[in-house]
Amino acid sequence: MKFVDEFRAPELIAKAGEEIRKLADPNRHYRIMEVCGGHTHAIYRFGLKDLLPANVELIHGPGCPVCVLPMGRIDDGLSLAAQPDFIFAAFGDMMRVPGTHGSPLEYKARGMDVRIVYSPADALKLARANPEKHVMFFAIGFETTAPSTALTLVRAKMEGLQNFSVFCNHVTIIPAIRAILDSPDMRLDGFVGPGHVSTVIGCRPYDWIAKDEGKPVVVSGFEPLDILQSIVMLLRQLRKGEAKVENQYKRVVPWEGNRAALRAMAEVFELRPYFEWRGLGFISQSALKIRAGYAEWDSEQRFTVPGLRVTDPKAAQCGEVLKGVLKPAQCKLFGRECTPEQPVGALMVSSEGSCAAYYNYEHRKPISIANAATN
Amino acid sequence: MCLAIPGKIIEIDSQNPQQAVVDVVGVRRKVDLGLLQDDPPVPGDWVLIHVGFAMSKISEADAADQMRTLTMLGETEAAMQEVRGYGLEIEEQDPLGQRRTP
Repeated sequence: MKFVDEFRAPELIAKAGEEIRKLADPNRHYRIMEVCGGHTHAIYRFGLKDLLPANVELIHGPGCPVCVLPMGRIDDGLSLAAQPDFIFAAFGDMMRVPGTHGSPLEYKARGMDVRIVYSPADALKLARANPEKHVMFFAIGFETTAPSTALTLVRAKMEGLQNFSVFCNHVTIIPAIRAILDSPDMRLDGFVGPGHVSTVIGCRPYDWIAKDEGKPVVVSGFEPLDILQSIVMLLRQLRKGEAKVENQYKRVVPWEGNRAALRAMAEVFELRPYFEWRGLGFISQSALKIRAGYAEWDSEQRFTVPGLRVTDPKAAQCGEVLKGVLKPAQCKLFGRECTPEQPVGALMVSSEGSCAAYYNYEHRKPISIANAATN
Repeated sequence: MCLAIPGKIIEIDSQNPQQAVVDVVGVRRKVDLGLLQDDPPVPGDWVLIHVGFAMSKISEADAADQMRTLTMLGETEAAMQEVRGYGLEIEEQDPLGQRRTP
């Protein structure tokens, strides 16, 4: 508890910690999943585990977009980019994610035109500026980023921009939660719901988790106090034997979500019948594909995609870590063959990946919250 | 990618009301307002930005909280790099986010 003073509102943090200890039944072991990779990052960075009693365990969920993307999709995208006069554009998070023959960054070193963009709109600008080349935006992300890709495609179509397409890997969070709840080796008591995904989809899509599965969900912000308060709210429900959806992050998340963003997604995307997730396998209706009306701007409809299925390196246990069955350090490669500098698996690449978070804050350099607060 | 960047709307493009200039701790960049068309922000409003698109309106106090969260997470540098990457015009910068000319 020695770091608590450095938080904003330390007295509230301490109070939330006390409340959690009071609410947690000592005869019970609680397994709470934080769905979002941003929460995973925050939990490790702030050392929040240290504020929880031993019987309140946090399980890291699948909400890290680069982590859940199977290697075959990366290989597929990179294989298209081998065409002449082709620009492969992707978010920085993607650049070091290993494909079978290297990451996008390694392809760049071999001479392929690979660019980092910070927005799908920037990829569109690249296309305008390079009319003699084709610009493919390798889109990843949950509902937080999918509306931006959708609106970019609307703009591309309105402009009639011919040399731009999107290789769409957008996924949706609800089917992934369902797959985890259906998994026989997983027992969970409740969920810390994703903050920014919920800005778009709102809180209603989680209703079934409470009603049908009997598990509470609390949509949470990203500050240490937000996450602790969400855990308090979950434990209160569990104590009363309730299961409902609550919104701790009301200051940002409207209950109904962002309708304009949902409309943009509905205009451009439809559900894929199924999509492969790293670690979770094929999940039906869990990803977005570009509608026929936008076929001209869909890399997969415009070009021939090999459709590769690649299994992860055998020794890497990304799948088990993603499902929450193993902790990062329990993977055989963790911290030895697989590090943030030389990642074997995607969970070691992104700051939202649980392996990278665990490695950076627990394994390599135990950082005190005092340091974090003064950075 | 899931962390949002807070910015203040400085100016709405008079030619294209879905484009605005925002200020993120002193750095000014263009963002897209298309996802807020049901409740469009006006200059002076604060928004949370994801990958170059304003996604929600927030209060000034919440914007300060969000910036603090990014700082505590060690994400400020990445966030500012991202903001600089939302080019005002493509000529101003190369796609890696480094400005070619002052």
